Amino acid sequence: MNAHSHINDLKSDRIFKFFNYSFLTLALSIVLYPLIYIISASISSPTAVNSGEMWLFPKDITFEGYKLIFENDAIWRGYLNTIMYTALGTSINLAVTLPAAYVLGRKDFVGRNFFTGMFVLTMFFQGGLIPTYLVVKNLGLIDTIWAMVLPNAAAIWNIVIARVFFQSTIPIELEESAKIDGCSNFKLFFKIVLPLSAPIIAVMALFYGVGHWNSYFNALIYISDRALYPLQMVLREILVLQDMASQSTNVTGSMAEAIHSKQQLAAIIKYGVMIVSTLPIIIVYPFLQKYFVQGVMIGSLKG
Amino acid sequence: MNNTANTLEKTHQPAPTHSKKYYRKKRWRETRKKILLNWQLYILILPAFLYFFIFHYLPMYGIQIAFKDFLPASGIWESEWVGFEHFIRFFDSYYFWDLIKNTLGISIYELIVGFPLPIILALSLNEAKDNFYKKSVQTVTYAPHFISVVVMAGMVIAFLAPTTGIINHAIQLLGFDPIPFMEDPKWFKTVYVMSGVWQNTGWGTIIYLAALSAVDPQQHEAAIVDGATRWQRIWYINIPTIIPTMVILLIMNVGNIMAMGFEKILLLQNPLNMESSNVIATFVYQAGLLDGQYSFAAAVGLFNAVINAILLVSVNYIARKTSETSLW
Repeated sequence: MNAHSHINDLKSDRIFKFFNYSFLTLALSIVLYPLIYIISASISSPTAVNSGEMWLFPKDITFEGYKLIFENDAIWRGYLNTIMYTALGTSINLAVTLPAAYVLGRKDFVGRNFFTGMFVLTMFFQGGLIPTYLVVKNLGLIDTIWAMVLPNAAAIWNIVIARVFFQSTIPIELEESAKIDGCSNFKLFFKIVLPLSAPIIAVMALFYGVGHWNSYFNALIYISDRALYPLQMVLREILVLQDMASQSTNVTGSMAEAIHSKQQLAAIIKYGVMIVSTLPIIIVYPFLQKYFVQGVMIGSLKG
Repeated sequence: MNNTANTLEKTHQPAPTHSKKYYRKKRWRETRKKILLNWQLYILILPAFLYFFIFHYLPMYGIQIAFKDFLPASGIWESEWVGFEHFIRFFDSYYFWDLIKNTLGISIYELIVGFPLPIILALSLNEAKDNFYKKSVQTVTYAPHFISVVVMAGMVIAFLAPTTGIINHAIQLLGFDPIPFMEDPKWFKTVYVMSGVWQNTGWGTIIYLAALSAVDPQQHEAAIVDGATRWQRIWYINIPTIIPTMVILLIMNVGNIMAMGFEKILLLQNPLNMESSNVIATFVYQAGLLDGQYSFAAAVGLFNAVINAILLVSVNYIARKTSETSLW
């Protein structure tokens, strides 16, 4: 009797295992297929891609798309702008987030509740798109680099994550003994706390950096000077607007021709630009995945 | 003053002889001392204070334009009050119910499909004992999270194109007519939700996997001895463990119902699918920033924010009453 049920259990276990691995393989394939398709499509001839002949592995391999991308001034300029916004923006983010997070974690900081409350309230209630736009406009930031970095100088969620890190990893005795030795708060933060906080600095830089790299909305509403366009705005024109133009069939003459030639260009380069624009993230992702996950977990402790 | 206070403490004078006022004064003196001692901390928090003040609290002050006829030339303060005029105009407009329907429709659809999937995937990953395979699935399914919304929209548009997209090629291969996904309004919500599922399900498992790692292995061992099957162990041990996490995430999702990823909607919108893709947030962008109706758009945005806040508070209240887990 006992042996019988034991065998039954093993059998149900095997069935379970089979279904579980099938399910995981299904999930894996669904996510992986579009990624492989994009890579293959970026080096296949547009005819093979558009006709559906190319569906998994590259067909009629050509690097024409990548060649056109490297010759495209708008993409180059967008790339350089994005690198600049990401570097400057992330530096500002860290300079605002880390000191604030440290101070909010200090139990002896008078006004801790006031500042925490003031920051956290913005999670639930905000001025909204139009009032924020008017503030940025009145500060004269429209069409400047600063419109790309200042309106997102800090994210409350990241301040919370960094605060939890400081509170849980910097022993309070360290701070106390430093103070007894006559160490000022500046010295304490810059010379003792920061050098001990490499992991959280990495996590924060990654979170903010990816955010800057991928963002288009700030540029859409604050930047009209094409010379300041970040990469994502250039991509938007290639990947999204060309398609919309193809739907407005009423254009005729030279206008239609111009749109048509732009569409052809877009058809050749669109898969390539998806790869080129995501490349920096693809390269760092496998090495830094661990840190991203850690960041989310620290956040979840508090959430 | 300070000296007397110190000597009083040192000589252990009986406390009751001092008035409330004395204690209040004493506490204030100590607080002041702490503030002066830690003045550098205020310098450290100053950038964050200025940021939140300028980019979050000044806009809140600016919300008043929703009740005014804002003219950029005269500024926020000088513009004339008009009360609820903009709100009434919005409620009476022919597109009001369409906007509400689309906003709620997309959010609820997304919640119903997008909320359970990370839970199922996390439970399944948790059962996979082959570490290499598990890690591979995780690495691949987390990756789309880092794709920008513009590239995501570009992918959707390219894959779903009626004559050239790979999905329509597959549909034709199966013998059906190609579907104009991006042009037919009735497909918009599905396209939006499914592309979101593809991008975010993997990343969404992280928080549940963290919660699942807290399950005590002894509980499983005991259950095995009692003859519980894998299903039973998932159902009676793993799922109850992650319920608090589920409730918190559910509250936060409902609290975001009126503020869903409108950056993606804006990119996927086109004149043909507008009927089902026009949501409050994209409408605010259109009316305010493209048409320059600042006051009207601010009123619509404020209406959206208020509904959102009401939803968040009510869901939190229900959760607190029924499950003892809540945000506050």
